[in-house]
Amino acid sequence: MRNFILRRLVYAIPTLIGISIITFVIVRMSPGDPIRLFTFGQRDITGEDIARLRHAYGLDKPIPLQYVDWLIAMLQLNFGQSFIYHQDAFQLLLTRVPATLQLAVVALGIQLLIGVPLGVIAALKRGTWADGVIRVFGVVGHAVPAFWLGLVLIIVFAVQLRWLPSQGLLTVGKDVWDLPDRLRHILLPAFVLSLTGIANYSRILRTETLDVLSQDFVRTAHAKGLHERTVVFVHALRNALIPVVTALGGILAALVGGALVVEQVFSWPGVGQFTFQAAIAKDYPIVQAATMFVSVLLVVSYLLRDIAYAIVDPRIKAG
Amino acid sequence: MATSTATIRAPTASEQAAILLRPPRSLWSNAWYKLRRDRLTMIAFGVLILFALLSAGADLFAQNVFHYTFEKQDLLNTYQKPTLDPPAFLLGSDEIGRSQVVRLLYGGRVSLAVGFVAALVNLTVGVTVGLTAGYLRGRVDDVFTWFVTTLNSIPTIFLLLIFAAIWEPGPVTLTVVIGLLFWTGISLFCRGQTFALREREFVVAAKTIGARDARIMFKHILPNILPLIFVLAAIDIGAIILTESALSYLGLGILPPTPSWGNLLTNATTYFVRAWWLVLSPGVMIFLTVLCLYLIGDGLRDALDPRLKAET
Repeated sequence: MRNFILRRLVYAIPTLIGISIITFVIVRMSPGDPIRLFTFGQRDITGEDIARLRHAYGLDKPIPLQYVDWLIAMLQLNFGQSFIYHQDAFQLLLTRVPATLQLAVVALGIQLLIGVPLGVIAALKRGTWADGVIRVFGVVGHAVPAFWLGLVLIIVFAVQLRWLPSQGLLTVGKDVWDLPDRLRHILLPAFVLSLTGIANYSRILRTETLDVLSQDFVRTAHAKGLHERTVVFVHALRNALIPVVTALGGILAALVGGALVVEQVFSWPGVGQFTFQAAIAKDYPIVQAATMFVSVLLVVSYLLRDIAYAIVDPRIKAG
Repeated sequence: MATSTATIRAPTASEQAAILLRPPRSLWSNAWYKLRRDRLTMIAFGVLILFALLSAGADLFAQNVFHYTFEKQDLLNTYQKPTLDPPAFLLGSDEIGRSQVVRLLYGGRVSLAVGFVAALVNLTVGVTVGLTAGYLRGRVDDVFTWFVTTLNSIPTIFLLLIFAAIWEPGPVTLTVVIGLLFWTGISLFCRGQTFALREREFVVAAKTIGARDARIMFKHILPNILPLIFVLAAIDIGAIILTESALSYLGLGILPPTPSWGNLLTNATTYFVRAWWLVLSPGVMIFLTVLCLYLIGDGLRDALDPRLKAET
C-alpha cells in the first residue's frame, strides 16, 4: 500500500509541472500589456516610468527565465501582487476559498443524498414507472444548462414567490453565524451546482446495482434464505457503492468548474467569481494563483480518490 | 423493447430457404434497422434536424413568416408578452422591441455551428492522437498520457474563460479552441481500444503482408472503433453547446450583436423582472438541443454496440 501511494505521488509531479507551464504560458503569452493597461489615461507618465514598472514586475526578461522565476516564487506560494488590489494575490484568493468550499461541500452532500438512493431505487424497481422517471431524469439532468436553471429558479423562488434570496452569502447586516440565514442563501446555488452530479450518480448506481444483483454471491445469499432487505442492503449495496468513490474525481472536477458559472449567477463571493473578475481585468497574478490552486486541488483529489479506491477494492493494487 | 411472443420451433424448409436468401446485413444497415424502431431516438433526430433547418433558413423565415429582421427595433413595442399578433412577437419582444423568435433562429445558427465545428475539430485531433499513442506505445504514449492528465487536471471552463478573457478571440478562433480543449475523452477511448486491437490477428496479418503503420491504423483499426466514436461525438456536441452557451452567457464567448442562445440570456438577465419570457426561450432551446444529442448518443450506443445492450 505504501509503495502504491508513493508511486502515485511521483506520478503527480510531471502533471503539476505541466499545469504550471500551461498556467504560465496562457497568461504570459497574451497580447495585452498590463503595464499599458494600468497606466492608461495617466498623462504625466513617461516611457521611462513604464520601463521601470515593467522591470519592477520582471516583465522585461526572456520568457523561459520569467517562467523559472515564477516557478520558484510560486513554490513559496508567492504569485506576486495583484495588479488591481496591490495585495498578495494568493492571500486574496484564500479569503475567497471558504465560500466556494461551503458551496461545493453542500452540493456534494446533496448529490450523494439524492443521487445514490435514486440509482438504487431505479435498479430495484427496474422496468416500473419509477425506474422510467429516474432514467429520464438521468439524461435531463445532464442536458440542462446550469446557469439557466439558476436564472429560472431565481425568477420562481426569489422574484415571484419571494421565498429565498437570489444572491450572496448572507443578508447584509446579519450576524455571520446566523445559520438559518446562510442556509437559505446556499440552497439554490448548491442545488443548481449538484444537478449534474445527481444525474451522474443515479445513472452509475443504477447500472452498478443491476450488475451486482445479477452476480452469483447475491443468488447464494438469496438461496441461504436471507431476507430480501439483508441481501440488498448488506450484501449487494456494499459492492455497488464502490463506483461512488471512483466517480468522485470527475464529480469534483465538475463541481469546481461548475462553481465558476454558478457563483456568477448567484453573486456568490467565491473563487470562481473572483477568477472571473480577475480574468476580465487581466489581473494576471490572481488568475495564475487561482488556476494553480484549483488544478492542484484536482490533482490531490484524484490522488485521494485512487488511494481510497485501492482501499475499498483491494484488486486495484495489483494494477 | 419489442419482444416476440412466438413459440420457438424448428424452421420449415421454405423458411430455411428464405433465411439463406436474405442478403447479409452490414453493421451499419443493421444499426439503421434497429434505430428505425427506436422511437425516442428517431424523435430526437427529428427535433434536431428541425432546429437545424429552422436556423439554416433563418433569413427565409424572418422575411416571409415573421416579416422582421434580427436587428430591427420597435421602441413602441418593448417588453411585449408572447402573442400571435404580430407573429414576430410569437415569443415576445425585448427591451428595444426586437423579435425574440427571430433572434432565436439566428442564435441557433451560431450555437449549432459552434457545436458541430468544434466537435469536428476535437474528433479529428482526438482520434488521430489517440490512435497514434495506442498504436506506437512507448515514449509517444508516455508523452500523450502526461499531456492528457495535465489537461484533465485543469477545469476546462477555467482554461476557456481565461483564454477568452485575455485573448478576446473571434467566433472562429473560439470554436477551434473549444475543439482543442475537448479531445481528451475521445483520445483516451481510442487509445484504450487500439491497445486491445493492435494485438489481434487481422492486424498481425496486415503487418505480415507489409502494410505501413498509418494504413494499419486508419484502414484496419479505425473502422473497428468508428461506431462508438459516433456515440461519443453526439455526446460531445451536446457538451460543447452547453459550454459555449455558458461562456457566451458570461459575456466571453460569442459577443453581441451576433446573437447566440447563450448571449441572448445575458441580456435577458438584466430584464428578467419585467420580461421572464426572454429568459425562458433561449434556455429551452439549449436544453432541448442538448437533450436530443444525448438521447441520440444513447440510441446510437444501443444500436451499434450489441454488447452494451444487456446492461440497460
